[in-house]
Amino acid sequence: MALRPDLAIIAAAVPTGSRVLDVGCGDGELMAALRDQGVDSRGLEIDPVNVTAAIARGQSVVQGDANRDLADYPGDAFDYAILSQTLQTTERPDRVVDELLRIAPRAFVSFPNFAHWRVRLDLLWGGRMPVTRLLPVAWYETPNIHHVTVSDFRDLLRAKGIGVEAAWYLSGDKPTSPAAATWRAEHAIFLISR
Amino acid sequence: MTIASSLPLDSGQSLPSVTIAYQSYGALNADKSNAVLICHALTGDQYVASDHPATGKPGWWARMVGPGKPIDTDRFHVICANVLGSCMGSSGPATPDAATGAPLGMAFPVITIADMVRAQAMLLDQLGIERLHAVVGGSMGGMQALAWAAAYPERIASAVVIASAARHSAQNIAFHEVGRQAIMADPDWQDGQYYASARAPTKGLAVARMAAHITYLSEEGLTEKFGRRLQARDIKSFGFDADFQVESYLRHQGLAFTDRFDANAYLYITRAMDYFDLADPHDGRLSGAFSAAKDVRFTLVSFDTDWLYPTAESRRIVQALQSVGASASFVELSAPFGHDSFLLDVPALDRIVAGALGGGF
Repeated sequence: MALRPDLAIIAAAVPTGSRVLDVGCGDGELMAALRDQGVDSRGLEIDPVNVTAAIARGQSVVQGDANRDLADYPGDAFDYAILSQTLQTTERPDRVVDELLRIAPRAFVSFPNFAHWRVRLDLLWGGRMPVTRLLPVAWYETPNIHHVTVSDFRDLLRAKGIGVEAAWYLSGDKPTSPAAATWRAEHAIFLISR
Repeated sequence: MTIASSLPLDSGQSLPSVTIAYQSYGALNADKSNAVLICHALTGDQYVASDHPATGKPGWWARMVGPGKPIDTDRFHVICANVLGSCMGSSGPATPDAATGAPLGMAFPVITIADMVRAQAMLLDQLGIERLHAVVGGSMGGMQALAWAAAYPERIASAVVIASAARHSAQNIAFHEVGRQAIMADPDWQDGQYYASARAPTKGLAVARMAAHITYLSEEGLTEKFGRRLQARDIKSFGFDADFQVESYLRHQGLAFTDRFDANAYLYITRAMDYFDLADPHDGRLSGAFSAAKDVRFTLVSFDTDWLYPTAESRRIVQALQSVGASASFVELSAPFGHDSFLLDVPALDRIVAGALGGGF
């Protein structure tokens, strides 16, 4: 099965032989791809059904909550931390980013861009919280409690003095340019470092 | 197997020689790399996947161990040894004194979980097995798996620890003390020297088992299974017969246990569990126990209805493992059976154990 496009981008950017913590690893899909390319990956996942599936695949995954349990990992335990499609669900995204960069010198963070033109139009014309392909749940039951835009995230990194080593922006499943990203990207992936 | 060399014990005493009864299943491969050691719980035995000789019942983990099962004996050479201090053939309080020929009784030294593991390591030495693919255990078996990782990290590739803990809590010790006092208060106990007499402390042992059995179940499970239903009667007797089904069940459990277990062995093994605290030799820092175990793959499982070894105890182990950089997997599974869930029908557990051993299921 083909990897989700954002996961494929991350997998391609992780060098062989590195140690990785996948925060919110789901059923271990990305970890399985990383293992195939010789990466030692561990996972943290909140849903016990997903954790069970990942362990059954032979992955090393701990059931836990990114809001709380990242504190259990020692500093610099990994080369990369990965947080894909999870940032907007955390209680304090800023603190989670700090934790990622404590555990590893570099981190991949990906999230749906809430300033995509379709979201903007929905809000402008419809006057209602947008329900999109990547954010498919109504406002009252969404786990996405901190909607974030590409510009918001860039601002957060600047305020914290965090460097951006690379960034990828996806419209549909296709790349789009950094300049147009705030409007055109449905989805953003940042490789950040201390 | 009787091993002629002396076994040093945590107490400072030693056993001049030690007998370990074990069962094995599946073939050992040519490079001896497919051995899996299964460690049994308090009242378990080596008959993990074969019928118990005394009761005729199927092995205690037959659902997990066998050809095509999660611990697949077509792939793995599975060894299960009766723990030191027990009563199914391994050295314990019923072992005869070398000098007098009479059973040792309370002259048998107090043993620990680490002593049990040391004896298992001696057994593997005799069998020529240098390194285990995995050591697997639930409850006290999980304690042994953890003790293996602490004492012989280079001899195990992975450890699977189910419904267990790295220490006995005050509550755990308290329940065990109730059981021991029930045995020792039975006049037939006779300071442990009952073997030659026609009387054994079966009443005390049965009460100990009844109390312990409650701790293995969940309130939800008991309510579902028995509720307040009466046993073979329509009205209360206004007496002290087993009016309620749950009473009848517990009495049966207690009595049946005395057919297959030795009261002194129960004293010794519960004591070993009470003394278990993996952090104790490391100034209370559990991570110290795992400082040499960062290349061991750990898999831990707890159950949401297990109040005897609750999830928090497993999490504490996971935190210690993460702090030393060991590979740890952990999940709390939902199952209605309390502590006993590790022995019962929990399909998610099967998949996890198979995955932890490197196979699909």
